Amino acid sequence: MSLLSVEELSVTFTARGRKDATAVDGVSFEVDQGQVVGLVGESGCGKSVTSLALMGLLPRKGVRIGGRAEFDGQNLLTMSERKLRDLRGSQLAMIFQDPLSSLNPVVPIGIQVTEILQRHRGLKGEKARKEAASLLDRVGIPDPARRLKEYPHQLSGGMRQRALIAMAVACAPRLLIADEPTTALDVTIQAQILELLKELVDQEGTALLMITHDLGVVAGLCDEVNVLYAGRAVESAGRRELFAHPTHPYAHGLLGSIPRLDAPRGEPLNPIRGSINDKIAWADGCAFAPRCDHYTMECLTGTPELTEPRAAGHQVRCVNPVLPTAEVPA
Amino acid sequence: MTILTNKADKIDRLAELTQSSEAVTGTSLWREAFRRMRSSKMAIIGAVIIGAFVLVAIIGPWVAPHGATAQNWRSEVFPNQGKFVGMRGENWFGLDHLGRDMFSRWLVGARQTLLVGVVSMLIGLIVGALVGVLSGAAATLGGKAGQRVDTVIMRFTDIMLSLPSLLLAVSIAAVLGQSLTTVMIAVGVVQIPIFARLLRGSMLVQGGADYVLAAKAVGIRRKRIVLTQILPNSLSPVIVQATLSLATAIIEAAALSYLGLGNPDPAVPEWGVMLSQAQRFFDNEPMMAAYPAIGIIITALGFTLLGEAMREALDPKLRG
Amino acid sequence: MSLLELDDIKVHFPVKKGLFFDRTVGHVYAVDGVSLSIEAGQTYGLVGESGCGKTTLGRAVLRLNDITDGGVVFDGTDLAKLPGEEMRAFRRRLQMVFQDPLGSLNPRQNIESILSEGMAAHGIGKDQAERREKIKDILAKVGLPSNALSRYPHEFSGGQRQRIGIARALVLEPDVIICDEPVSALDVSVQAQVINLLEELQESLGLTYLVIAHDLAVVRHISDVIGVMYLGGLVEEAPSDALYAGPRHPYTKALMSAVPVPDPEVEDRRERILLHGDLPSPANPPAGCRFHTRCPWVQETKCATERPPLLDTGDGHKVACHFTAEIEAGTVKQTLATGIEAVVGTETVAAEAVEVSEGETETGAPAADAPEKEPVTVPAQADAGAKEKTAAAEETEEKASDATDVTNETADVKKGTADATEKAEGSPKA
Repeated sequence: MSLLSVEELSVTFTARGRKDATAVDGVSFEVDQGQVVGLVGESGCGKSVTSLALMGLLPRKGVRIGGRAEFDGQNLLTMSERKLRDLRGSQLAMIFQDPLSSLNPVVPIGIQVTEILQRHRGLKGEKARKEAASLLDRVGIPDPARRLKEYPHQLSGGMRQRALIAMAVACAPRLLIADEPTTALDVTIQAQILELLKELVDQEGTALLMITHDLGVVAGLCDEVNVLYAGRAVESAGRRELFAHPTHPYAHGLLGSIPRLDAPRGEPLNPIRGSINDKIAWADGCAFAPRCDHYTMECLTGTPELTEPRAAGHQVRCVNPVLPTAEVPA
Repeated sequence: MTILTNKADKIDRLAELTQSSEAVTGTSLWREAFRRMRSSKMAIIGAVIIGAFVLVAIIGPWVAPHGATAQNWRSEVFPNQGKFVGMRGENWFGLDHLGRDMFSRWLVGARQTLLVGVVSMLIGLIVGALVGVLSGAAATLGGKAGQRVDTVIMRFTDIMLSLPSLLLAVSIAAVLGQSLTTVMIAVGVVQIPIFARLLRGSMLVQGGADYVLAAKAVGIRRKRIVLTQILPNSLSPVIVQATLSLATAIIEAAALSYLGLGNPDPAVPEWGVMLSQAQRFFDNEPMMAAYPAIGIIITALGFTLLGEAMREALDPKLRG
Repeated sequence: MSLLELDDIKVHFPVKKGLFFDRTVGHVYAVDGVSLSIEAGQTYGLVGESGCGKTTLGRAVLRLNDITDGGVVFDGTDLAKLPGEEMRAFRRRLQMVFQDPLGSLNPRQNIESILSEGMAAHGIGKDQAERREKIKDILAKVGLPSNALSRYPHEFSGGQRQRIGIARALVLEPDVIICDEPVSALDVSVQAQVINLLEELQESLGLTYLVIAHDLAVVRHISDVIGVMYLGGLVEEAPSDALYAGPRHPYTKALMSAVPVPDPEVEDRRERILLHGDLPSPANPPAGCRFHTRCPWVQETKCATERPPLLDTGDGHKVACHFTAEIEAGTVKQTLATGIEAVVGTETVAAEAVEVSEGETETGAPAADAPEKEPVTVPAQADAGAKEKTAAAEETEEKASDATDVTNETADVKKGTADATEKAEGSPKA
């Protein structure tokens, strides 16, 4: 059985005086031990809300959550706040995009790390401090003993993200959720952090749920990739399969529109037209239809089902997927 | 593949399903803020209170059942002069120690109170905004010389701010003598540094925004940048403050009147003065003080509610 | 002659302190001596990471920042020395597109007002009606509906806002447009639209671009010539294809190897050069070569003492490194060169090292005593340096000197390569 299995997760924001906004509209995926699963999509696709829902970090008021998310057999969505709090930090951990705002600015790094060790592993005093230093050392922070006494603002962006990772892995969590962990960082620092995450997964068998908009990051890191659009997974496959044969018109278009460092110069990009605001409700049809070159009347009659038109395990939510024959313009 | 069947149908259906119907005429942020205000309970309550207050202030003197100074000597006030008479048929709030109808005085007093509040707020707003614009413009676009001008102005406002406001108002009133104008000027002057600092600070923030840089890059003249770019975007906190300071102005004016610096003319009662006069009888007749006090509190509450609602409506963070 | 020439531009921001009278206590050397030239109709791409001074340089060209020293020669006129009003008139010909499409548009002005303000300032168009016609033309060119005129910036999507930003530049009919991170704030699927638009406009209007971006892939896609900046200076400049085919400066090599490519095949084969540590502060830049504190090829001579000039190494490929030729030829310090060949195994080296060190981290800790700022040689993998030393237990006695770092590394690198082959056999689950 999978470590985390999410089924038809949906999140609707029900602010008073406004129309209900569905951020996540039926997302399903599974994460196995030692596996890196990617949730990829642009802003507004619901990837971050998904992660917050899994961690139980959404406000209880004004949010309607549906579906199931089983972590080790327990449903995270219906779990009591206390039980969830115990689980967070010990078995579930999360890294955020902006390390500065996720660290307490007035408490030294050392205390923030030892606090977690105390709470979840019962380590005290000198022992906790030693363990904290070794954790910082482990994530590649030089001179950990000195760094423990420093405040978050004294560290650089890359170092802060490392400190955050150290806190996340302090209790050897079984599942690590990383929400755009490298987006705020420079490429050379991003490379360092990605290597570090890879290492953790390889050595500890930690499962990693990687949430990002960067297909390049996904290509190098994830085993399984779920492409999200407007709150639903539109394509899920192993990374090699997905990048070799993107089959949903959105995934296909996205890969065609990114300038690649290794692509020959001068070829114009093939952008996807419109913007994310041009969408229709999933209940009425395919949300991507207004931007899609392939859409037909069929696309506008209810939610398309997930099918496997290309290969087993390669799921695509599309009535007119991009198959080798369809790539030839009609 | 049925990709190209019925193109027209497809487009119609798509248009029907696409929710975002794009407005052809734009909605400015001011209008959007107003729309948010209308759906805010706080704003509505505040507006109703203020509306009632303004209505009373305008028509009060005409609808007052008795004159503000008319004394009712036939009543039981006469034998025991100086005793407050409670509510009764023709005098809703009773008679005061001089046999005057409290309700009528209260109605007439509302106008004075509103006048003091608005005028003193306007003194603070206009002078303060001028100082603030000068300082802010000098600091953001005036180069080194401008920054020096800004520093001088700001140190001066700092000095004004560091004086306790009531003390400052009392000293101004002491110099100018006892009158309603004195109260208005005293309360207004106290507000000047607040508005100046607020507008300048807001302008400094906006002055560093990308769109100001963009305007500079496009080659727009500095004066125009201040007027069309920085200033309109710096006004929201000032507008909020103006509303909120109406409340404080009314309270401070009442305090000055209470201290005996207000208008001594009994023909133009003012809530603060009424409060001050009621003080002598407070032990026996607390209700005499209660009417003007409640008037002041509710009015101040109305302006505060409206101000807070405005702050929320104008908050750029809520911009969708 | 080139259309735009920057001659040894320096932008130093004073750091001020003091209660009443500001005292200058130091400078931030944001841009410290950059020379480059842009031909008419060309696109010059400027890449670098945050804090390298690329944005400051772009703004300095338009004199939106004060230029401390140096010249900006545009079409024969030195802009750096123009008085205010003349400079303002020149701004018509040099325009800018900003990174944040929403932040760079006045939220309280409608589109017509935003676009016509610049035209009015430069006396373009007799009256508002004439300007409106022109604006409608430009809006059509950048792909916006003409009913956009009366709407406000917050009513558009990110991509549309950036089109407005581009239109604002275009209405003035400029010769040069400086694009500061033109697509980085946009969604991936929209970025391509804007990039294509910029390219189309260049073709139809003969524009010259200076594109400033951190995304090497974007810059490579649209630029003819690319300049790479590091800590206030250019370290390499070359035609786009040449730079991609053969980066010569160590920093460019590292940067290029760090850019993720959306292709698992490429990613799995990639040789990553991991740089150690962070960017030094531009307020206190290292002496000598600015990059020497993080350079995998750093040498004991020259690097820490002498700032390398940007020299042409042939075919317009300019590099600012003392040892370009040696690195190319592989003759520079054989030990380090091996280190680079073996970067394939970096992750495994580090991984292996950590495993070993798990039990005895404390012995590893003192080895990392050297503070980051100290200009010691720090090899690429020194990130895991402390652990490597514990791994190579026999060599611990000698760890004081820099030289040992190097020997340690060679030892580990051998181990790493061995590991890498091992790992390749037990291929990852895909």
